[in-house]
Amino acid sequence: MGWETVIGFEIHAELATASKIWCGCSTEFGRAPNTQTCPVCLGMPGSLPVLNRKALELATRAALALGCRINRPTQFERKNYYYPDLPKNYQISQLRKNLGEGGFLDVKVGDSTLHVRINNVHLEEDAGKNIHPDAPGADYSLVDLNRAGTPLLEIVTEPDLRSKEEALAFMESLKSILEYSGVSDCNMHQGRLRFEANISVRRQGDDKLGTKVEVKNLNSMKTVLKCIEVETDRQIIELESGGRVVQETRLWDEAAGVTRAMRSKEVANDYRYFPDPDLVAVEIDDALLERIRAEIPELPDARRKRFVEKFGLSDYDAGVLTADKDLADYFESALAVYGANPKGVANWMAEPLRWLGEDPDRDIGEYPIKAAAIAELVKLIDGGTISGRIAKDVYRAMLDGEGAPAEIVKKKGLVQISDTSAIEPIVDKVLAANADAVEKILAGKEKAIGALVGQIMRETKGKANPQLVNEMILRKIRQ
Amino acid sequence: MEFTREDVRKIAVLARLDLTDAQMDHYAGQLGRILAHVDKLGELNTEGVEPTSHSLRLVNVLREDEPRPSLPNEAALANAPEQELGCFKVPPIIQEM
Repeated sequence: MGWETVIGFEIHAELATASKIWCGCSTEFGRAPNTQTCPVCLGMPGSLPVLNRKALELATRAALALGCRINRPTQFERKNYYYPDLPKNYQISQLRKNLGEGGFLDVKVGDSTLHVRINNVHLEEDAGKNIHPDAPGADYSLVDLNRAGTPLLEIVTEPDLRSKEEALAFMESLKSILEYSGVSDCNMHQGRLRFEANISVRRQGDDKLGTKVEVKNLNSMKTVLKCIEVETDRQIIELESGGRVVQETRLWDEAAGVTRAMRSKEVANDYRYFPDPDLVAVEIDDALLERIRAEIPELPDARRKRFVEKFGLSDYDAGVLTADKDLADYFESALAVYGANPKGVANWMAEPLRWLGEDPDRDIGEYPIKAAAIAELVKLIDGGTISGRIAKDVYRAMLDGEGAPAEIVKKKGLVQISDTSAIEPIVDKVLAANADAVEKILAGKEKAIGALVGQIMRETKGKANPQLVNEMILRKIRQ
Repeated sequence: MEFTREDVRKIAVLARLDLTDAQMDHYAGQLGRILAHVDKLGELNTEGVEPTSHSLRLVNVLREDEPRPSLPNEAALANAPEQELGCFKVPPIIQEM
């Protein structure tokens, strides 16, 4: 009997607010250390937290988009532990009355749909950042509290995933929903979206779950996939050699490509959760709930259907384009420039899509070609200025930063030749040199014409209008 | 309510307090008496009473998402025993994240 991997996720997403969850400090990324703090987020005695309305609304929006039932009232609790990046010595989080519970996310994996259950969605605060000096022998760490108190959404799934493929489809789908609903910008490079994986293995066919290991420090989807592979192997080897898997938290070591057990502490964690006396309960009334529900923008599924109905794309193409909100936006902004041929524009999405696919953490904003330039390129093809074949060369030049499509066509003299008098001498020359082929065509083997068109296209460096060349050959040999 | 030296030791570790054995015995007695007093509440009949997590009858105390000025770096670090490069300087953090 083979082994089966069982995966669940805990996902943290920083919410797209301008200020922190309990105070007015800015959440802007990348500023000088400890310049976005105040008595509240520094954990000064006597300071009082007040909940950010937008954080509550965005978290509720995410909970609704993930099909959760909203707990009313919902309540905050203190999770007590000591760590230098946690100035209050407790994190304000939720436990007994999570904002949302019992949700799900239906994920497309290949041709089938996977139903992933969401245990809960809750609201909490992020911690600060620890900096470990590189200097050899440095026996200290530095703490920057700019991030402390940034509103954080935690999403906890049930262990419903069974493979790397399913895990990737889930992560992409979840990211897509969070981006679509405007809950978080999901920038993984900046750590605004973070995945923690709970991984266990069991014999195929077993109903009982194996002992799970929680892995932290996974800062990209690629890393998550690699970690699932490595951790699955580690657990199988452990079990097959007669050992056992210990329930523990492990850290991903990027450099070594392995997971390592975190040094176990003298006393097991005892978080002593209790309701935070500084924060009153939150009761989301029907009117607010309905307003938040109405504010959920078009989600990936609905957008896919619209792309099929409005633009005539295939369901597959529409699915691929809408999976990444930014790619779908990119496509639609190209259509805003040139909307006459959505399918033609969609065909040119294959390249940016391939580029995105090379690294799951890439962002379309970094792609060297802007959407408007693609629209312009398709317009040049549709208008007969360049052939589809030449368009590929133009695209390559655009990738190399040589300028706008029209500019490149002009600079390189790539305008399609649709003037018969310019092509005629070349057609005559090629026909004269290929009497055999001409005979074949006259004998009814029309396929032989392809080779002739090809030669003429080469002679004109691809600039002749192929349709026109075809017509000219036929006309001439039948004269 | 009985409170042992071991109970006190566990709480002391969680609270990062360094206590002598004599102090632990002393606090064990005091904490035991305090808890015994609180235990009196258990004698009340609370059937049909909703659990309360807050003494204030308030809900939905919210603020708008408007950034406000923060403390300057010097003020934020004013109480730090040690600092470097605008950061709090702390003993090395090993292994854990």
